[in-house]
Amino acid sequence: MTTETRDSVSLAGKVPAMSPDTIRQVPDGVPANLQSYQEAIREALREEMRHDPAVFLLGEDIAKHGGAFGVTRTLFDEFGAERVRNTPIAENTIVGTATGAALVGQRPVAEIMFVDFSGLAMDQIATQAAKLRFMTGGQCSVPWVLRMPQGGGAGKSTAAQHSQSLEVWFAHIPGLKVVLPSTPYDAKGLMKAAIRDDNPVIFLEHKLLYSFKGLVPEEDYVLPLGRCDVKREGSDVTVVASGYMVWHAMVAAQVCEGEGISVEVVDVRTISPLDHETIGASARKTGRVVAVAEACEQYGPANEWAMVALEQAWDVLRGPVVRVAGRNSPIPFANSLEHGVWPDTEDVIRAIRRVMDGRGPVE
Amino acid sequence: MTPEPTMLAEMYRRMVRIRQFELAATDLFKRGQLKGTVHTYIGMEASGVGVCMALRQDDLIAGTHRSHGHNIAKGADVARMMAELLGKETGYCKGRGGSMHVAAFETGSLGALAVVASGIPLAVGAALGFQLRGEDRVAVPFTGDAGANTGNWHESLNMAAAWGLPVVFVLENNHYGVSTRIEDVVKEPDLSRRAAGYGLPGVRVDGFDVLAVYEAALAAVARARAGEGPTLLVTESYRVDGHYAGEPEVYRDKAEVAEFRARDPIARFRTRLLDEGLIGESELDAIDAEVAAEIEAAVAFAKASSEPDPATALDYIYA
Repeated sequence: MTTETRDSVSLAGKVPAMSPDTIRQVPDGVPANLQSYQEAIREALREEMRHDPAVFLLGEDIAKHGGAFGVTRTLFDEFGAERVRNTPIAENTIVGTATGAALVGQRPVAEIMFVDFSGLAMDQIATQAAKLRFMTGGQCSVPWVLRMPQGGGAGKSTAAQHSQSLEVWFAHIPGLKVVLPSTPYDAKGLMKAAIRDDNPVIFLEHKLLYSFKGLVPEEDYVLPLGRCDVKREGSDVTVVASGYMVWHAMVAAQVCEGEGISVEVVDVRTISPLDHETIGASARKTGRVVAVAEACEQYGPANEWAMVALEQAWDVLRGPVVRVAGRNSPIPFANSLEHGVWPDTEDVIRAIRRVMDGRGPVE
Repeated sequence: MTPEPTMLAEMYRRMVRIRQFELAATDLFKRGQLKGTVHTYIGMEASGVGVCMALRQDDLIAGTHRSHGHNIAKGADVARMMAELLGKETGYCKGRGGSMHVAAFETGSLGALAVVASGIPLAVGAALGFQLRGEDRVAVPFTGDAGANTGNWHESLNMAAAWGLPVVFVLENNHYGVSTRIEDVVKEPDLSRRAAGYGLPGVRVDGFDVLAVYEAALAAVARARAGEGPTLLVTESYRVDGHYAGEPEVYRDKAEVAEFRARDPIARFRTRLLDEGLIGESELDAIDAEVAAEIEAAVAFAKASSEPDPATALDYIYA
C-alpha cells in the first residue's frame, strides 16, 4: 500500500472506541468477572498450577518482579521459587531446559521476554522440541508452553527489536502449535488448553491487549486449540484476523454496518494448526474475504488465510480476496513512522469497501 | 577397586558390540544398502561404556549425531538399532530418525539430537524435573569437543551449577569437529578447566581406558545423585574414522590416525583382563563370537523388516 493507492476514508467523526462490549463472549446469567487480558493469563497459570503439581514457570525476571509485563506477578508469593523460577538470560537453554523437563513428565511454561528474542532460542524451539516426537517415532512428547509477548502499536515506540509480530516463524514448523488470543476470555481458555496439551505450544500475547478488559467466567473452562472463532456474524464480507487486528476488524465492522455492509469477523485465535473449515465456511457464506494481519505482508499469515479462503470458496466468491498487513519494514521508532507500517481500522474499512465495490487490493 | 568379573565381562561385551555394530553399519553404508550418513564411534567405545555402566537404567542420556555407541552402551537392542539405520518400521524410531537420531527411550534416553550440543539443555531440564520431584536420578548429556564451544554448552553448565542439578556433562574430546582440530580453535586445550569458571568440578580422564572412565563417572554420578550438583567429565579420546563413513580425510596425517588406532581401547582392555587374570581368554573369545552372531542377526532382522507405509508419513507430528 503506497500513499497513492490509499483511498480516502471518510469516517463520520472518530473511529468508535474499543470497549469490553465490542466483543461479548460470556452469555448473560453466567457468573463472570471483568478481567484484563494480563489478569486472565495469570489466573489461567494460577489455576493450572493449583490443579497440576507438574506445572511450573521459568523465565527471565518472572519471580518477584513478575515478568517484563507483570503477567506472573503474585504467582511467586503463592508457589515459591521452585515453581516460579528465575533463569539466567539464556534463551536457548531456557527452552531446552523446558523440553528436557517436559520429556520427564513436567509441564513447564517458559517465558521469553519479547518474541523478538526468540531468535536466540530458535534451535531449541524449531529444530529440537518441534521434531523430537516425530524423529523418535512417537517415543516421547514435549508438553510445554512458551509464552512470548509480541506486536506493538503506534504510540508505543518500542522500535525494531521489541515490536515484531512473528507468528509465521513458528507456524511454518510442523510439530508446533501456535496460539494468539485476542480477548481475556480466549487468553484464559486457550492458556489452559495449551498447558494441558501434550505438544509444544507457542503462546503469543499481544502487548497492546494486556490492559484490555473483558468478561471471564468464574467457572473452569477450556477452549479448543486448532479452531477459529467467529467473533461477529455477518452476510456480505468475511474479515479474517487475529490478535490485536481482531479489534480493528470489529470496529471496522461497526462502521461498515452504518453503511449497510454486514461484516463477519473470523478470529484466527489458533494460528497453527489452522482451522480451514471455519474460514472456508465463512468465505462460502459471504462470498467476499479480507484477511488482516499485523505481521509483514510478504509471506505473512494473511496470505495463508486468503489462500485457504480461495481453496475452500473459489467457486462462490463474489469479489477479489484482499489482504491488509504490516508493511515489509522493520518497526520504526518515531511515532510518525509507526503510523506508516501498522495496519489500522481505517485500512480494514478501506479494504472492505474495495471488496464490496469489486475492486482489487491495489490500483 | 576393580569391578566384579561379571561387570568387567559386560563392559567388554558392550565395547565389542559397539565396534561390531559400527563395522557392520559402515559395511552396509559402503555397499549402498544404508542411506544417509553414518558417524562411527570406533575408538571411543571406552568413553560411552565407562560412563553408561556407571548409570542406572532410569538415569537418562542425551545423545548426538554420533550416538550409536551411547545407545548400545546404555543397553539398547542392536537389532532395533540396525533396523532404524536401514529406515525400517521395526527400528526404535520407526524409520523416522535414522542413524543420526536413533534413540532407545526404553533403556533411558532423551533422544539423539544432531545439532552439535543441542541435547545438552535437555539433560539440564530432565535433571530439573528430577530435582523438582525429589527423585535421585541423573541426566548425562554427551557432546564432543566442538560442542564445548557452543552457547548451549556454556549456558547449560552455568544453569546446572547455579541450580545444583544432578547432571554429569560428558565431553568426549575426540579432537576433531568435522575437519577442525580443537587445538586450532581454543587457547586452552584442557577443556576440563572451563568447569572452574562455572563453579563445578572438572575431571579429565583417559578416554581409552574404560576402567578409568568408569571410576570417574561413578564418582560424578554419586555426587549428582547425592544432590551435590553437576560435574564436567572430559574423556580424552580420538576419532579414528572420518567425521562420517567414507569421508576423504585430507585434513590430517595417516600417521597420526595410525598412532591413535593403535591405542585401541578394546584391545587394551582385553590385554589387561588377561594379564591380571580377571577373565580368561576362552570367555573373551566366547563373548566375541556371541556378539558377532548377534550383529549378524541384527543385520538380517533389519534387512528383512518392512519399510514404513507411506500412508503413515504424517504420523507422530503431534501427540
